[in-house]
Amino acid sequence: MNKLILGRYIPGDSWIHQLDPRTKLLASFYYIGIIFLANDWKSYLVMTLATFFMIWLSKVKLGFFLRGVRPMLWLILFTVLLQVFFTTGGKVYWQWGWLAITQFGLSNGAFIFMRFVLIIFISTLLTLTTQPLSLADAVESLLRPLRVLHVPVTELALVLQIALRFVPTLMDQTTKIMNAQRARGVDFGSGNLFQQMKAVVPLLIPLFVDSFSIAEDLATAMDARGYQGGDGRSKFRVLKYHRRDGAAAAGMIVLTVLLLLLRA
Amino acid sequence: MDITFDHVSFTYQAGTPFAGEGLRDVSTTISDHSYTAIIGHTGSGKSTLLQHLNALLKPTSGSVTIGDRVITAETNNKNLKPLRQKVGMVFQFAENQLFEQTVAKDIAFGPKNFGASDDEAAALAKQMVTLVGLPEEVLTQSPFDLSGGQMRRVAIAGVLAMQPQVLVLDEPTAGLDPAGRRDMMTMFERLHETQGLTIVLVTHQMDDVADFADHVLVMDQGALIKEGSPREIFADPDWLRAHQLGLPKATAMAEQLMAKGFRFDPLPLTSDELADQLLPQIGGAHHE
Ligand SMILES: Nc1ncnc2c1ncn2[C@@H]1O[C@H](COP(=O)(O)OP(=O)(O)OP(=O)(O)O)[C@@H](O)[C@H]1O
Ligand SMILES: [Mg+2]
Repeated sequence: MNKLILGRYIPGDSWIHQLDPRTKLLASFYYIGIIFLANDWKSYLVMTLATFFMIWLSKVKLGFFLRGVRPMLWLILFTVLLQVFFTTGGKVYWQWGWLAITQFGLSNGAFIFMRFVLIIFISTLLTLTTQPLSLADAVESLLRPLRVLHVPVTELALVLQIALRFVPTLMDQTTKIMNAQRARGVDFGSGNLFQQMKAVVPLLIPLFVDSFSIAEDLATAMDARGYQGGDGRSKFRVLKYHRRDGAAAAGMIVLTVLLLLLRA
Repeated sequence: MDITFDHVSFTYQAGTPFAGEGLRDVSTTISDHSYTAIIGHTGSGKSTLLQHLNALLKPTSGSVTIGDRVITAETNNKNLKPLRQKVGMVFQFAENQLFEQTVAKDIAFGPKNFGASDDEAAALAKQMVTLVGLPEEVLTQSPFDLSGGQMRRVAIAGVLAMQPQVLVLDEPTAGLDPAGRRDMMTMFERLHETQGLTIVLVTHQMDDVADFADHVLVMDQGALIKEGSPREIFADPDWLRAHQLGLPKATAMAEQLMAKGFRFDPLPLTSDELADQLLPQIGGAHHE
């Protein structure tokens, strides 16, 4: 259950933690955009240094970021190998029929690898330092202009927030029901595919029943307290930009300029 | 079948910032045919301890010996099934585990997983549903059409149908009405008496501890801070209060009477004992 580090908030009060969630969300997307500007070892070095600087600012241990890479490792290796074998140009180090390892192939492979790792690091940084609910708030706030087009932004945000709120609850419930069924002799994750699929039924049905009853209770509770979304509703967590958000934006611009100057 | 804890510690989510101490250095034995009660205030590690009884959790350090199986941190998850059959576990809010189309099928689920034939399992379902005090008609109903209390009984029947040697109960009567509560507790007591079932009961009802248990474990912050017979445990009301635990009703009443000059030795645990000791002091006839 706890293997997916992507999406786990680690409490803290570092500089990064204190940034406005909108800043972090936008900066992460921006960063993922500009990483495609990097095209040689100098520009990748700058991006790498910048990333490690941000990780250092967050005061979260490096191990968490490495653990975030692990589930994606096979995908990354596969892509890197494709790059290595199918890029031509430069010195040829090894050849077998139409398969060849070339200078450009190797460097492209290394770049792709770095790009993957840096993108995972940055997304991990975002989720490790931002509470899911703040992220939902940020999404709502950033999508607000779409209301002109009659997009139900507040309702969508509410759905997102409720979903996020109940992820831990449902994970707990999953563990409990799995244990209860294990105690009745179910072997999860063993046997052939058909047996494994059959073993999931005693887990999924109670989980569905539970989710529906949670949803019903929540709806009743919200109704009973007169919940109403939309314009008139004030917020408990008010988002406000501070000076450090400006600094973060400036940092991103400096990074972009450096990249543009250094790239080949 | 004895279950022995040898310096068992358990950490939830070890190696992350979310790591939480579940058990600290617990050593004890739950002996064959005993009726053990585990008490302790909320979050003290009772449920964590229970899950070590059938290897749902494995100790982070130390070892648990269940019959002739030794479970340590290194034990792999294979071949635990025989263990799960011998140690039946009724979880907190057990009604959440129901999933089949009919009550009969749900009760038969456990026995069939452990190799019972369809006929055997069906016979067990019929037998167990009566045992937990439900009419046989419910066998063909969907478990989701029953009331919460009835669902709880079906879940308990589902565990009993596995015919375990050790029955582990995590607050089995929480949320039941007083009559249902009494029925359940007397049923467990009967199983204990007639079939020699070893029972491990987690409860916040001190009266149940006094009435049924022969051994009591007191948990606090993951540690086992006291164990002994109910009489030993309840002999020190001040110590219990300091650990946010209550007294059986009869003991509490005796304590209040002592403040008014009555004398009790030993402190009564049940209403019968209370009456026996009280009557001579108020000059009544002998209590039957
Ligand atoms: N899945 C889990 N992950 C992390 N910590 C946990 C988990 N389950 C329990 N804990 C922690 O372990 C400690 C003991 O919990 P446990 O459930 O054993 O308590 P309990 O004595 O059964 O309480 P209750 O009377 O409320 O049922 C608690 O501090 C709890 O927060
Ligand atoms: Mg518990």
